[in-house]
Amino acid sequence: MTSLPAAPPARRLGLVIDLDTCVGCHACAVNCKEWNTGGHAAPLTDTDPYGADPTGVWFNRVHSFEAGEGLSGRTVHFPRSCLHCDEPLCVTVCPTGASYKRAEDGIVLVNPDTCIGCKLCSWACPYGAREYDEDEGVMKKCTLCIDRIANETLPEIDRVPACVSTCPAHARHFGDLGDPESAVSRLVAERGGVDLMPELGYRPVNKYLPPRERRGCESPSEPERFPESGVSGFFAWVDRVLSR
Amino acid sequence: MNPAPSVIVFTVGSGAGYGLLAALGMLAALGLMPSDTAVVLAGFGLGLGLVTAGLLSSTFHLGHPERAWRAFSQWRSSWLSREAVAAVLSYLPATGLAAVLLAGGAGGALAGMLGALTALFAAATVVCTAMIYRCLKPIHAWHNRFTVPGYLIIGAATGLALAHALFAAFGEPAAFATGVAALAALAAGFLHKRAYWRFIDSTSGPATAESATGLGAIGRVRALDPPHTGRNFVMREMGFAVARKHAETLRRAALIGGFVLPAWGIAIGLGLRGPGGAAVAFAAAAVAVAGALVERWLFFAEARHAAMLYYGTASA
Repeated sequence: MTSLPAAPPARRLGLVIDLDTCVGCHACAVNCKEWNTGGHAAPLTDTDPYGADPTGVWFNRVHSFEAGEGLSGRTVHFPRSCLHCDEPLCVTVCPTGASYKRAEDGIVLVNPDTCIGCKLCSWACPYGAREYDEDEGVMKKCTLCIDRIANETLPEIDRVPACVSTCPAHARHFGDLGDPESAVSRLVAERGGVDLMPELGYRPVNKYLPPRERRGCESPSEPERFPESGVSGFFAWVDRVLSR
Repeated sequence: MNPAPSVIVFTVGSGAGYGLLAALGMLAALGLMPSDTAVVLAGFGLGLGLVTAGLLSSTFHLGHPERAWRAFSQWRSSWLSREAVAAVLSYLPATGLAAVLLAGGAGGALAGMLGALTALFAAATVVCTAMIYRCLKPIHAWHNRFTVPGYLIIGAATGLALAHALFAAFGEPAAFATGVAALAALAAGFLHKRAYWRFIDSTSGPATAESATGLGAIGRVRALDPPHTGRNFVMREMGFAVARKHAETLRRAALIGGFVLPAWGIAIGLGLRGPGGAAVAFAAAAVAVAGALVERWLFFAEARHAAMLYYGTASA
């Protein structure tokens, strides 16, 4: 059923991504691909994988952006995946009921057995999160690793999405964003976590933590960059010549 | 957006087919529909044929055409599903009307009622088709007040041009009414398209690279490195762009082919009698449909998607 759940989901499971600590190593994207090509939405098909023009399905892609100018400018690594929105247009446009938002935890999923591959859901997502599997003829997307997070055969520490478990910088956090007391909700409140494209009204569950303010690297003044050497005579002359 | 041929043929073909069926239905409702067997068979055959060909073409866009029947289930939330339901329902009054006309019921109350229903369902189906695009918030060129009137006007213009050609070929007096109505629809289409292009050229969607990344507080945001060196589905599907130079040429082709030439053809044809008039009317209808194909190609090719903000596009 592609109508949204009548009542808001009891839990709002999602990710909090820290753009301050992300180092852009792509480990989350690689581990996502590795887990999910054998998981719920398997396979994440690659076309021409060893040829000249390899292309394939990924649920998580890491972009790099520059923001600001000069010394206040930043290079920010930016992992992008499904935000499991509260108002997912990708779900309501689905003509077959293959796309749905789970009433119990708000996770947005695709049923590959009823998807007709019309691709309309991918047009409805402003975040570019859904990727069509040309080989299987159905749409695929991040499952928030539903086959890990509730998997009792895994040790409890591993019951988090693959991207979260693998992040070496601890830039990815998983939890219930519907519970204001959860660790992820407190992190969002503390760090001023933001929604992406809030003006479009999708009300994403996933939040992004903006980079922290820079400290101790204000623009140095000229005397600081070229301090008086405290020497005199010949060496003072050399210093003056070389400083020219 | 990627201008997939199957979707362009679907929207133009079904739009013209529903336009023709709506024209026949309106004429029946007004008691002006000819009851000659050949005219009825040709008119409804062409209308239902175009609609059916369009709907079949749309299934070529699907990864799993054999599951297309599932698209009738989600009419509560999905305009695509509503379109599918309305498209199939519209066969009922249209075939009913054709049967009543063939049985000699032209001018009767039943033909009038079925005619009104045929026109109503045809218009509703075209509105549903347009709403599939109108409801997509990430695509500014579609999510605006121009989309639904655009589909209705071009459907009406191509459908009326076909109806006019048909009646002219059979020497029916209804050729005059449909010809005049086609001229009005073509003029409306010309003005609408110009206003639409002015609108998309002068406005952008609300999302920016800053809001897409949440980094606006730092300053202007620009893409540094893409996630992968190769292209991907999102870039192919949403990142299709047509060069400004080519778009200008195609816009002129759509205006002249879609509206100006067919309007002149119909206007001239209205003053001619016999096979000459019919030939001009058919040429006008064919050029109108060809122009509508160019217009629909541009409707897709010129539309920018918000997701491309992540891939370095300046605005969406």
